[in-house]
Order: sequence, then structure tokens, then C-alpha cells
Amino acid sequence: MAGPATRGLLATALPLIGKRVASGLLTLLLVSMVVFFIAQLLPGDMAQELLGQAATADAVAALREKFGLDRPAPERYLRWLVGMVTGDPGYSLVANMAVSDVIAARLPNSLLLAALSALVSVPVALTIGILSAMHRDARLDRGLNVATLSMVALPEFLVATLAVLVFSVQLRWLPSIALIPADASPWLVLRSLAMPILTLSVIVIAQMARMTRAAIIQQLSQPYVEMALLKGIKPARVVLTHVLPNAIGPIVNAMALSLSYLLGGAIIVETIFNYPGLASLMVNAVTSRDMPLLQACAMIFCTAYLLLVLIADTVAILANPRLRNR
Amino acid sequence: MNNHVEVRGLCVKAGTTTIVEDVGFSIPRGEVLALIGESGSGKTTIAMALMGYARLGCRIAGGSVRVGDTDVLSLDEDGLAALRGDRVSYIAQSAAASFNPSRRIMDQVVEPAVNHGRLDRKAAEAKAVTLFRSLALPNPESIGERYPHQLSGGQLQRLMAAMALITGPELVILDEPTTALDVTTQIEVLRAFKQAVRDQGATAVYVSHDLAVVAQMADAIVVLNKGRIRENGAAAQVLERPADEYTRTLMAAARPERAAVDAPKATAAPLLEIKGLNAAYGTTPILRDINLTIARGATLGVIGESGSGKSTLARVIAGMLPPSAGSIRFDGAGLPPSLSMRSREQFRRIQLVFQNADTALNPAHCVGEIIGRPLAFYHGLKGAAATRRVAELLDLIKLPASLAERPCGGLSGGQKQRINLARALAAKPDLIMCDEVTSALDTVVGAAILDLLADLKRELGLAYLFISHDIGTVRAIADDIMVLYAGTQVETGRRQGYHGVARHPYTDLLIGSVPELRPGWLEEQGDRPAPPAIGQPKDGADLCRFLPRCSWRVGGTCEEFTPPRHRTPGGNIILCHRPEGASEGAS
Amino acid sequence: MTNAIRSWVKALSGSGRLGLVLVVFWLLIASIGPFLAPYDPGAFVAHDVFAGFTGAHPLGSDYLGRDVLSRLLSGARYSVGLALAAALLASLAGITLALLTAVSPRWLDEGISRFMDTLISIPSKIFSLVLVAVVGSSLPLLLLVASITYMPGSFRIARSLAVNLAQMDYVQVARCRGEGAAYIAIREILPNMIHPMLADFGLRFVFIVLLLSGLSFLGLGVQPPDADLGSLVRENISGLGEAAPAILMPAIAIATLTVGVNLLIDALTGRGRRMAGKE
Ligand SMILES: Nc1ncnc2c1ncn2[C@@H]1O[C@H](COP(=O)(O)OP(=O)(O)OP(=O)(O)O)[C@@H](O)[C@H]1O
Ligand code: SF4
Ligand SMILES: [Mg+2]
Repeated sequence: MAGPATRGLLATALPLIGKRVASGLLTLLLVSMVVFFIAQLLPGDMAQELLGQAATADAVAALREKFGLDRPAPERYLRWLVGMVTGDPGYSLVANMAVSDVIAARLPNSLLLAALSALVSVPVALTIGILSAMHRDARLDRGLNVATLSMVALPEFLVATLAVLVFSVQLRWLPSIALIPADASPWLVLRSLAMPILTLSVIVIAQMARMTRAAIIQQLSQPYVEMALLKGIKPARVVLTHVLPNAIGPIVNAMALSLSYLLGGAIIVETIFNYPGLASLMVNAVTSRDMPLLQACAMIFCTAYLLLVLIADTVAILANPRLRNR
Repeated sequence: MNNHVEVRGLCVKAGTTTIVEDVGFSIPRGEVLALIGESGSGKTTIAMALMGYARLGCRIAGGSVRVGDTDVLSLDEDGLAALRGDRVSYIAQSAAASFNPSRRIMDQVVEPAVNHGRLDRKAAEAKAVTLFRSLALPNPESIGERYPHQLSGGQLQRLMAAMALITGPELVILDEPTTALDVTTQIEVLRAFKQAVRDQGATAVYVSHDLAVVAQMADAIVVLNKGRIRENGAAAQVLERPADEYTRTLMAAARPERAAVDAPKATAAPLLEIKGLNAAYGTTPILRDINLTIARGATLGVIGESGSGKSTLARVIAGMLPPSAGSIRFDGAGLPPSLSMRSREQFRRIQLVFQNADTALNPAHCVGEIIGRPLAFYHGLKGAAATRRVAELLDLIKLPASLAERPCGGLSGGQKQRINLARALAAKPDLIMCDEVTSALDTVVGAAILDLLADLKRELGLAYLFISHDIGTVRAIADDIMVLYAGTQVETGRRQGYHGVARHPYTDLLIGSVPELRPGWLEEQGDRPAPPAIGQPKDGADLCRFLPRCSWRVGGTCEEFTPPRHRTPGGNIILCHRPEGASEGAS
Repeated sequence: MTNAIRSWVKALSGSGRLGLVLVVFWLLIASIGPFLAPYDPGAFVAHDVFAGFTGAHPLGSDYLGRDVLSRLLSGARYSVGLALAAALLASLAGITLALLTAVSPRWLDEGISRFMDTLISIPSKIFSLVLVAVVGSSLPLLLLVASITYMPGSFRIARSLAVNLAQMDYVQVARCRGEGAAYIAIREILPNMIHPMLADFGLRFVFIVLLLSGLSFLGLGVQPPDADLGSLVRENISGLGEAAPAILMPAIAIATLTVGVNLLIDALTGRGRRMAGKE
């Protein structure tokens, strides 16, 4: 039984997943065009910017030639795209380093923060979402509803400043600046990351919990749930064995959206806590108009987002028998 | 204590409105009681209250329900959970929606037995297979491995019966279990249910709006209206000598009288003439070689089971789906295939009325706007003239003119359907295509709409293309009838031609499957003989689409060749290798 | 009229009424706030920087000794006004494009939808940062950036609504009547989109308030001498260690605005859902 079922699963799910991968790649390509061509709107160019207003036309032209800026836009786009794909997204004139080196120093920090926050927020969000869906319209649900509703609307800097005020100014438990020395022990790392993690979690937990609740409630109104109750199955069991398998698709999708926020949306949190992540790097790139760096960061975030969505789609396909075997 | 089930003074409320009031009845052990009534009469609410269950927003406000020795309404949540699915089980209206789409059938069928500790998983599966077999399901050994979406509605309905019977319940509640099925499937499912319930010796409650079905299943009948009992008695008495006025109305509507006068025999130039029409959605062919004519002022009834292509035919004529082959001529001139090529005058003369008035009327517009739009669009009528005409049209469909100001949201189903019709009338069309216009309505309301259609036809000389899945409805209004099966036109002819015995085998099955309004009819039908064995159908040949189900098929012919058209003695044209169709003849 | 409003308010849940009060309060502040300000928002009026709550300065003073209440009252105009305009622009553009795709030929629909899908795959903060880096952050450009950033989301919702509505029987009826695309889009589809799109407009407003104040907080939004609520938080960040009202109050102000809108929308859409369920 397992044999043919598994083979059937692969045979029918793979083309579907393949289609999603292809569509994701196409979207990524289009995104790269948008990112590249928006940057072209900038008046003046890198050479001009670098040499300043006083530079002679010859010097500017020479520099342009050196960086290939004199070539037509489509050609520059292609070069840039090939560079992105091969891991060489260009040269940051502001940092005077290869963009890849600048990013390599920051990316692990971002991933660490995102991973730890996900570890905290996903279980909490799932629990809240399931609990309030099961007690739909009861006092617990209404309370949680108002709470999560308010939490999603809070500005990050309010959460972060409150956290600092409470935990480092008043209680003096945690450091307010998330600078991690190179030789820090895991405990010290956790301590210094505690507040950024807390702030990020507060924001994504609310989002994820709301979407989880919505996905489950949408299923709870289906006739098969009533049928299960009329078969004498207890409500908690109905949710676990009947509803969750059907709600998995939308729930993972919600997770993907929220997790992508942990990477790119962490801008303000990273700034407040002086955390050397990718998002605050991107803010610096905006301030200094460091276009190659900015474009590379944007592409990383978009790729991460599309990757997460792709994973969510794959899970949804695998969880849905209608999609995987006809 | 000799009754198995006792209900006393049952009261169910939704907020402050009472939806079931003071309902009481009793059922002796092993008998079947039917709850019958129109939609909204509280049938399902009562059935669920028997299990101590009320839907979200409703609550059981009073009364008592006793099953055996158990006072159901005094049980706590755990007690109820132990009762439901074990001693009392439930078969829902739509099996397709009531099975969990992401779990295998077997998991769901054995769940009650395993959950209540009646059987271990292995024994439960064995019992399930036995039940599958006795319910005449195909491949009883392996059908449990499937997912719900891989099975047909009739199969799911029987699988749901297996799920309900697996614990050997003492009370089974069947809630409109065949309403979603085609008649030809319904008869098989009814037979399987009746047998299975009798084998178990269970008491049953059968909920339905269909008197003829109830006549086959019930020992006693309770007639409900607006949450109250109108009549309660033995099945034979209620069906033969109904005591209550309301019951008599129901009975009359269940047997529609012929509402229309016969149209004159086709005159020289037909209004609509279709030749060799084929249509497809994308690359999936749906309709094949359709030929029909409708005379001025005549009605063509189109009948066929769900998915046979009835609506598709109407869509093609309306221009929403260009045909892939064939011609449509209207009043002597060819009709362009697609919407963008038709003239406003062509649009005006053919109007389409949809099945579901709820979705056919824009909730953002009021009644006057809805009826007024065709007036302005086709006839340039505005201001006071338009208002006057709207009032006339409302009068024509027997609704008060004051309705014009109302949004259509708060109207009843019947009122909405009339407005739906008035909008078509406003165009002053020659042909109205009615797609299942009575199917979503209660029988009494539906019968009134049929009368209205017949009146309008007489007064305005309209021609109809009348689509329905119900042969009784079609007979009541149509002059000619066309039978569709899987997109092919298997039989066409005068209404009277269908009384004869020489019918197409599918027509025969269709007409023979409609239950009659008397007890014992189901038993008389006997088991349908299995289709005779034939050879392997020839690949690539355009064979008869009814072949897999046909009890009359001819070995060596039907699986080899495309069926020809024959004229039967009754004057109908059938698409079949047997010139005499479903009757013994000298072939 | 007043009766209708009264019963409308009465039907709101408790949290919905709180939301309504907050929303009305902020709309009032945004329109007449500057006239209520006790001091000139740019003047150095307090003896002390980062002062606490005092009678003379109810919300304390900022890092330069300016009156926080006055600065708040005049900053709200930027936060509310800009976001309102941007949300309106985003919603209107989204709805218009969605209606266009619902009644236009397949290729145009697919082209537009594909492009919007692309824009949606760029996380909104990232997208707005790239835009700001290129076009800068004058007030009109910020307005444009915010509405471009959130327009694709509005389009996606409006389109899925419009596509569903275009399948409805009453639209099919209109097609069979021979109606043109414009009539179908505007008279048959649009009226049924308004209610859900209003809710979406509210959400988009919240997102944009958060985005703009976030940008200002990063120094990339409203530029001095103008200051929105996010700028107020940024300029007083050094008061964090002292728990100065100057940093907390603007942040709380933004929160009451966004939370208020959210509560109100939830109460309204929740009520719509319940009423739909009852029928
Ligand atoms: N838009 C569509 N695209 C593809 N296939 C369709 C479409 N609409 C209908 N079909 C298919 O065409 C066939 C005929 O459908 P149609 O709606 O004409 O049947 P019907 O006889 O009206 O059925 P019912 O009684 O259920 O209304 C069915 O197999 C259906 O699945
Ligand atoms: S052609 Fe053959 S299979 Fe088809 S209906 Fe006639 S007898 Fe039956
Ligand atoms: Mg149909």
C-alpha cells in the first residue's frame, strides 16, 4: 500500500511543485528587473557621485568606462544579473569593498536573529491561534482577538522602547544594545539577543496567531466538522485529527509571510538595538545611496521571501490529497 | 415505555426567534418515522436535537428527548459524545461535504467504532468491508483506500451509511440523504438504505421534502410547517387521506398537473433552429451533434442528469460559449456565435433566466432598477414611463408595485424568482431560456412559478427552452422534450411520445426511476438486471455514451459502432442501435 | 439621521466603540491640532530638556527643550494626513486596475496581474527603502512611495473580489443582455466591492502609518523642519535611558491611532460576517 501510494505522490506532486518553482524563478527574474531599473531612475550615476561636482568630464568618463557604466542599460542589467547569480553583486564604493564581503559579514547575524525569533514565535502563535479558534466567540477568544489585533498595529519602535524601558532601564536585567563580542559564550549571545527577539516575536506572533485562527475557523464551518461531532468525537480531537490536516496549507502560508518579515522587516529592531544585521545594512545603503549594496540586499530579501512561499506551497501540495493524487 | 423514541414539547431557539416549537412524537422500536416539510420548516433542527445537538447560534430551549432509557437532553457533553455516533448515528444531506477531504474513507468509516471502543481497528475494517458489500458498493475490499474526491455522490452517500451503521446503532437519522443525487442513482441508494436499516433492526428517522421518497421509506409521517407539527399519522393514512389542509397542498404540488395548453403544431418557419451543434470547454468536448427546433410560442423541455450539458446548451444559444461546430438560426437568420458579434436586437429577443435567483439578482440594486435596466437598455424607456412599465411588469408576475423600491436582499425565494422572470419579460423577448428555474424552490412555490410561466406563454405567445432535471416538471410545461445524456441528444419528440414503451434505454431508466407517490412502489421495481456482458469497447470509435450502464445493449454492435438515429413507433427520434429502444421487439 | 448614527454606534462591540472614539479623536487632532497647541512647536520653551509631566508642559519637553504636546499636535497632521492620502491613492488605483482586469481581455489581465505579483514579492519595507533611496523623501514623494508600495496589495484583494463577482450569475445575465464592459464593471461589480474594500482601505491606512513613521524613525521619512510622529520618536531617542515622555508619548500616539483603526474595522467586518451568517 505504501509503495504505490508513495510513487503516486511523487508522480503527481512533483510536476505541481516543479510548476511552482518555475513560477517562483520567473517572479524572481521580474523582481530583479524592477530592482535594477528603479535604481536607474537615480539622477546622475555612481561615477559622478564618487568624484563629486568638481571632477572633470574626462575623469568621470574614465571611471564610467572602468565600471562599465557607459554601456547600454540592458547590457548592464545582464552583467549585474550574472554577477548576482554567481555571487559577485558588484563593488561598494562607499565601503570600498566587494558587496559580497560586506554582506557576508552581516548575513549570519540576520539569520541567527530570525531563526531564534522563529523558534520562539511559531509555537506560541500556533497555540494562541488554535486555542482561540476552539473557543470561538467565547471570552478567551474575544480577549485574545483584541490583544492580537492591537499587537499587529503597534509600531515596532514602541514595542522596542517599552522593552528597553522595562527590562534594561527599570529592571536592569538585559543589555539594551545587542552588540555581541566575537568570543561571546552562547549564554551571553542569548542574553544580548533577548530583547530583539522579544520585540520581533511580539509582532509576528500576533500576525501568525490571527491567520492560524482564521484558517481553522474557516474549516470549522465545514459540514465535515459537524459530522465528526455527530460521530461522537470530542471537540479537541476533532480539531487535531480532522481540522488541522485541512488547515495546514493556509497556516504554513501565514508562517511563511511572517517569517519573511523576520528577515527584511527587522529594520527598525536592528536599528534600535544597534544589531549588525542585513536590514540595518540596507538602511545605511539608502542613506549613503550605495546602489550596488542596496540592490544586493533587496534581492536577498526577495529571494528569501519567494523561497519561504515556495516551501509553504510545497507543504500545502503535499498535505492536500486532492492536489497530490487525482 | 413501549416506544423506542419519545419526543415531548421540543423547543429550539435561535437568539430570540423560535425555530421549532412544541414538537412531540414517538417511534416504536424498529420503525421508520419521516419528518417532512418545506425548507425552513425545522426538519434538520429537530433531527439534530434528537442527538442533543444544536447548530452554532441555536439552542435547545425546552422539552425532552428519550432514546431507549436515556434522557438525551439531560446528558452532559461527555454523555452526549458517548451517545452520538454509537447508539444514535446520523447520515447527512451532502455526503460530499460531510466527509473530511484530506482523510481516507476507511479512516473515517471506522472512526465511530474505534472511537467508542466497540471494535478494534482490524475488526472494524472487516465490518466496514462487509457493510460496503451489503450496500452494493463497487470494489468493497479497496474502496476504503480512496479519498472522498475520488468517488461519486451516490457512492459517498452509501459510504456514509456504512459509517453510520458500523457501530450497530439503535437509532439512525437520515437527513435528506438522496436529495443531492440524480434520480437514477437515488433509487439504488434508497434500496440499499432500506435493506441495511432493516437488517440492523434499527429505528430510523427519515428527513425529506419529497413525499414520493418518503412513501417508500416510512411507516409513519410527521408533517412540519414553520417549526410546528401539522399532521402526524401512519404513512398510508397521511398519503391517502391527509387530514390537514397544508398536507393536501404539499400533495398537490408534488404531482404537478399539466400547467400549459399545448402549443400549435410547428408552423412553417421555426423560431429557433439548431443543426449539428457541438460545444467544448477548452479541449473537453461537452455537447455533440445537437439538433433541435422550437416553434413560435412552443416550449421545448430539456432533461438530463447533472453534468449532462443542459446549462451548456443554454450558454451556447445565449452566445456565452461559441460552438465548436454547427449552426444556430433564429427567426430565419443565422445567430453569430459569440456575444461581441451579436446586435442589441438579437440580445433582446433571447433572454436567459438562471436557476438561482439569489445569485442572479445583484444585491446592490433595488427591484425597480433590476427590472428597469432592460427597459432603458433595449427600449430607451426612462423616467415616469419606465416606472409605469415596471409596475405593469410587477403586476404581470403577480407582485405588488410597492416592491419596486425594495432591495432584493430581503425577498423570499419565490418573489426573487418572479423578479428574475420579470427582468427577462421586460426585454419583450421571443424566446426565454429557463435554466432550472424551479429547482431551488420549495415544491409549492415552484408549482406556482410553473403556472405563471404557462399563463405568460398563453398571454404573450412566448417560446421557452425549459431546462430541468425533473421529468415531472418538464412534462407539466413542455410541448416537446429532449433528453440529454453526457452531452448527446439520446431522444427527442413530442411530450406524448414519451408515454409509449419504445423509449431510449436511458429515457426508460430515467422515467422508471422517479418514485411514485404510494407505498410499496420501491419493492415492485425489483433489482435492475446487470448490463449483459459484451466485448471490449472498440478504441477510438464514437460509441454510445450510455453503453456502460445500458441493460439493453447488444453485444457485437454497441461496443463496435456509432449508434444511428431511429424513429420509434411513438414518433420520437432516438439515438440507439435498437430501433425499438427499451422494449422487446423483433430486432 | 442622528438616530441612524446612534443605532449604528450601538451595534458596535465595546472594542469597536473604543476604536471609533480613537479614530474620531485622531481625525480631529489632525485637522485642528495645530490650533490647539499651547506653544510654538519649534520654540525652545522649557527650562529643561527631557522634562517629565508638568503643569506647564503636560507631556514634558524634548531633547532641545521644546514642548512635546505642541509638537505632537502639529506632527499628527503629517502622520494622519499623508497616510490617509496615500491609502486613498493606493486603494483607488488598486480598485481601478482590478476592475479593468476583470473586464479586459485575458492577455491584459495576465500581464497586469503578473506585474503586480512581482511587486508584491518585494517586501513592502524593502520596496519603499529602494524607492526612497532613488527618489528621496520630500512630502509628495513620500506620498507616492507609500501608495506605490501598498497599491499591489490593494489590487490583489480588489482583483480577487472582482473576479469572483464577475462569475456571479447577475454579471452573466448582464453579459447576455449585451451590456458593455464599462457598465458591467461600474454598475454590476463595483457596488458589491465597496464594503470589503473599505475594510481593506482601513488596513492599508494602518500599514502606511506604520511604514511612514518607521521611515521617519530611520531618518528617511519626513525631513526637518517638518516632523511627523515617527520623527519625534527619532529625535528624542537619546532620552530612552531616562524614560523621557518625549520619546514614549509620540510612540504611544501612533499606537492609539493604528490600534483604534484596527479595532473599528474588526468590529465592522465582524458585524458584517455575523449578519451574513444569520441570513
Ligand atoms: N466553465 C466550465 N469549464 C469547464 N467545464 C465545465 C464548465 N462548466 C461546466 N463544465 C462541465 O461541462 C459539463 C456539462 O455541464 P453543465 O453545467 O452544462 O451540466 P448541467 O446539465 O447543466 O448540470 P446541472 O444539472 O448540474 O446543472 C460538466 O461535465 C461540467 O463539469
Ligand atoms: S446504443 Fe446500445 S448501449 Fe447505447 S442505448 Fe442503445 S442499446 Fe444501449
Ligand atoms: Mg445546470
